[in-house]
Amino acid sequence: MASIFEFANPKRFMNLSGTVLPWLAAASALTIIVGLYLGFTAPPDYQQGDTVRIMFIHVPAAWVAMMCYGLMAIASLLGLVNRHPLADVAAKSAAPLGALFTALALITGSLWGKPMWGAYWVWDARLTSFLLLLFLYLGYIALWNAIEDETRAARAAAILALVGVVNLPIIEFSVDWWNTLHQGESIIRSGGPLISAVFLWPLGLMAVGYTTLFFTLWMIRIRTEIINRRARALQLGIA
Amino acid sequence: MEAFFAMGKYAAYVWPAYGASLVGLGLAIGLTLAAYARAKSRLAALESGK
Amino acid sequence: MNPFSAILLRDMRLATRAGGSAALALAFFAAVATLVPLGVGSDLHLLSRIAGGVLWIAAVLAALLSLDRLFQSDFEDGSLDLIALSPLSLESMSFAKITAHWLTTGLPLTLLSPLLGVLFGLPPAGYAPLMLSLAIGTPAVSAIGAIGAALTLSIRRGGLILPFIVLPLLAPAVIFGSGAVLGALDGLSNGAFWLLGAFSLVTVLLAPFAAAAAVRLNLAG
Repeated sequence: MASIFEFANPKRFMNLSGTVLPWLAAASALTIIVGLYLGFTAPPDYQQGDTVRIMFIHVPAAWVAMMCYGLMAIASLLGLVNRHPLADVAAKSAAPLGALFTALALITGSLWGKPMWGAYWVWDARLTSFLLLLFLYLGYIALWNAIEDETRAARAAAILALVGVVNLPIIEFSVDWWNTLHQGESIIRSGGPLISAVFLWPLGLMAVGYTTLFFTLWMIRIRTEIINRRARALQLGIA
Repeated sequence: MEAFFAMGKYAAYVWPAYGASLVGLGLAIGLTLAAYARAKSRLAALESGK
Repeated sequence: MNPFSAILLRDMRLATRAGGSAALALAFFAAVATLVPLGVGSDLHLLSRIAGGVLWIAAVLAALLSLDRLFQSDFEDGSLDLIALSPLSLESMSFAKITAHWLTTGLPLTLLSPLLGVLFGLPPAGYAPLMLSLAIGTPAVSAIGAIGAALTLSIRRGGLILPFIVLPLLAPAVIFGSGAVLGALDGLSNGAFWLLGAFSLVTVLLAPFAAAAAVRLNLAG
């Protein structure tokens, strides 16, 4: 546990993230470029044709969107239990990124669905649960912004994130259940035997690229918040 | 080259998906970096002003 | 009288007095349900299919409408501070308030629902499942709603943000509740009642803790 607390020291975080950041950004750029190249040179899928290329940006966005909520919940728990301001900052900075990746997963998913289903939106189980996930993110952000007192807002938002993370698997399950009840059919899959090796490489690289991009942006946003808080403290000290 | 941009017959779906992702991620990167630069210059101004 | 039932009875009295939230929630429930046929047309065949879903959505909205003041008025007049100092734990207090809210909104909505079922041409086989699903499921609405009410109690316009953070969390209740009615109409046993019951039980057991934590953070400092 000691290492977590050391990392949680804002000054330590600034030093550590400062050295890691350029490498993370470079890794993200490199994997995304190679992933895009492999993705566009791969042959069209025998069933889905060229639409399969949407998978390379849809699945990574969906993965990051879910991972982000998990990270937000972990940060919220650390913030609530250990009362550490850095954890609050981390949770707060993750939410807009999570909402963005969720929105991207929805947009690319419906553009993928149109040629497959014949409609942009067919209330597919995965798309529906991502729409609910988007609302969870937006509600979290709205709650943060509505409460003026910063520590109070952090704690309220943390409770909401934890309630949400307990509820998410239930929501996912209920939407799946509802989908079978109303005779839907899921075409978008995130894995399974459909994917051959030609697609696995670009998909894997793009997933790594999106993940590292998320961590890069997350770190910069946390650094921004820490710097802003220091500036605010300085300003108050001067005044 | 033309065949590449045609994307089979799915250009109308593949390119908007990539375009939307590019715009969304580009905007996120731009806004994040701009806020970072603003915060840094604000802090620098405060520290030098002392 | 013990403090738990004191809070329970006081909240019920406040909700059921003239102009209280219970009557308003019922009226809202009936008004929303009346507006739907005006929007989608009077085809009774269509209406009977969507009756379960519409009444479930109307019930959730009506319950949410009366939730935003659940903790707020006690917070504003300082009663919450007094309760926090009393031997009654905030968890028990939250549970008492959830129970009172359900008894004054969820239960009356359940009892009123067959009347609205008639307006929707619900087949005779649908009435018992409709009432049963509302009776089982609306406690979850009160419980999750109480978390939202506690989180937003210090926000002046919390009534606007509360539905937004609570509604996605209530999706399972709406899905299982209306699915139970639809399953009964089609003569299928799809297990919706069990799933709804499990969801309701878990939320009612866990919500008082989350709501109490949210009340506590608003009282501190």
